[in-house]
Amino acid sequence: MTEKNVVTAIHDALHDEMAADDRIVVLGEDIAVRGGVFRITQGFLDEFGEQRVIDAPLAESGIVGIALGMALHGLIPVAEIEFADFIHPAFDQIVSEVARMRYRTNDDFGLPMVIRVPWGGGIHGALYHSQSIEAFYGHVPGLKVVTPSTPYDAAGLLRAAIRDPDPVMYLEHKKTYRLIKGDVPDEPFTVPIGKADIKREGDDLTVIAYGLMLHQCLEAAARLQQEAGMSAEVVDVRTIAPLDKQTILRSVRKTGKAMVVYEDNRTYGAGAEIVATIAEDAMFDLDGPLVRIGGPDVPAMGFAAGLEHAFMPDTEQIYARMLELARF
Amino acid sequence: MSTRVGPETSHEALGLTSEDLLSMYRFMATARMCDEAAFRLNRQGKAPFVVPVSGHEGCQVGTAWALERGRDVWLPYYRDLAVVLVAGFTPKDIFLGLFAKADDPCSGGRQMPSHWGSRRLNIISHSSPIGTQIPHAAGIAYAMKLRGEDSVAACWFGEGATSEGDWHEGLNFAGIHRLPVVYICENNHYAISVAQKQQMAIDNVADRAAGYGFPGVIVDGNDVLASYAAMKEAVERARAGEGPTLIEAKTYRFFPHTSDDDDRTYRSREEVEEAKHHDPLTRFAAYLKEHGVIDDAAIDGVQAEAKAEVDAQIDEAWNAPDPDPSSLGRHVFAEEDGPA
Repeated sequence: MTEKNVVTAIHDALHDEMAADDRIVVLGEDIAVRGGVFRITQGFLDEFGEQRVIDAPLAESGIVGIALGMALHGLIPVAEIEFADFIHPAFDQIVSEVARMRYRTNDDFGLPMVIRVPWGGGIHGALYHSQSIEAFYGHVPGLKVVTPSTPYDAAGLLRAAIRDPDPVMYLEHKKTYRLIKGDVPDEPFTVPIGKADIKREGDDLTVIAYGLMLHQCLEAAARLQQEAGMSAEVVDVRTIAPLDKQTILRSVRKTGKAMVVYEDNRTYGAGAEIVATIAEDAMFDLDGPLVRIGGPDVPAMGFAAGLEHAFMPDTEQIYARMLELARF
Repeated sequence: MSTRVGPETSHEALGLTSEDLLSMYRFMATARMCDEAAFRLNRQGKAPFVVPVSGHEGCQVGTAWALERGRDVWLPYYRDLAVVLVAGFTPKDIFLGLFAKADDPCSGGRQMPSHWGSRRLNIISHSSPIGTQIPHAAGIAYAMKLRGEDSVAACWFGEGATSEGDWHEGLNFAGIHRLPVVYICENNHYAISVAQKQQMAIDNVADRAAGYGFPGVIVDGNDVLASYAAMKEAVERARAGEGPTLIEAKTYRFFPHTSDDDDRTYRSREEVEEAKHHDPLTRFAAYLKEHGVIDDAAIDGVQAEAKAEVDAQIDEAWNAPDPDPSSLGRHVFAEEDGPA
């Protein structure tokens, strides 16, 4: 067991998988010589060589389309999109091609491939280095979308994604990269795709989150215990699609109250789907209103610290709503 | 700039036997018969959607002939009925797709007709958005190179596809890494209704290859042997590690874009009739007669045989079972634990 931050956990897991399986290749912008703008692939070029560690031309649709071709011919590509904000040119390749290959060929072709995408705000990234994209791809059958938020889950879900016979979008919240530390086993292990995780047990309400918001919810839950003597159960979604409805519903049925927190624009966000799931399947187990906290419906957070802060849900706001719901 | 492959290259010089020529002619004739039958079935209400190939048989059979089944990888687009016949599809396979039957090898009746694909035959599945297969071909060719194979990826498309961003991104990557891939543009001068002059400011798609650092070759796509000659050289270059080639085969489609199109709205009948004077089938038949490979009676024989084969296989395909509607939810993901 070693304490690592999220960047190191991803780096090490990817490194160990590449060392163990020479079918794995990585491609993306600035990932070879530079080692990735977030240093995820630092040292890979020297160790695995330029054939397996590919500095791709600045063309996101091409990166995904080329990775798809590699996956069809015996390789396991792990493509990196430098920032989630730059993934949009690849939308057609991901939605029309990657997600549908197995379905449209009636199971004749499958695509073992991973698309790694750094996402999320809180790093002074403004309009084009802060976006949330999980809802776009969570909406598309044929894609698995994972959002690990701890070093342990980051390592385990990356291994699971690489070993999965189907395409996985692996979303890394940038703000958690160096902020969040935790113990990671030294031996290879996987975290199952499609399983949520109870990060804190509690009885008075259920709080559901992922990404940076998970950590803010955990902070608020600790304060709720300390200051108000009430306990919140915090569910880490971990996989946006397919969503682990069972774990979410089980927790909500236990506590009778549910709150969802996400930093994406509130309308049509992943939190909307989670709230709808609870409303459909656990309505009569609820003892309070469903609460949804999301980013505002404006195009993006601003570069100025105040504008960024005004966009992102914060611990104070989350705590206040938790207290209100717990007391309801 | 691009180079041109001369007309009517002799088959002996290309290493083709009389048997090869007859087989090539038979594939071209079979493709034409499939087309005519498909439109007949469309008018009878038995085939809701047909994508015609007629006019393209020369460049399709010519280029496909230079590849090897079981070794090379084929990335066709929807017009490539003759390409997939050479790659190993039977007319029955074609019509199972046309009728959207459960045994349609491309998709089990999920995709529209002419959206080819077969893992067994190394034919890569494609979608309807144009040009998306161009980077796939580069990725496959990259894997071939990394794995030390001497196989080749071949990728076909129309001239309209060359306007897509994916086209640029795929060729650029292929050029950077000198990949074993051949890109073949079947330039029929219309992307549905949009004429080439509205699609690009240049006369020759092949000229664009210079921008990617590999050769562009122009060939008369109505000349099956010239198409073969260009492809043979490109495949040899690719196998030798010398990188990609862009082949532009200039041709014409005799029918509308699909059975749902009306080409009278954008092409004159005179233009279409004039193009039929350069029919690749007629032209190849004349070559075969001139070189004593075949006579008129034998040509009639091949055509009659092809027609009988196609007609018999249409019946088989028509009588095959439809997909089970309850299978709609299957194969979204791999089913290791049973149906999703």
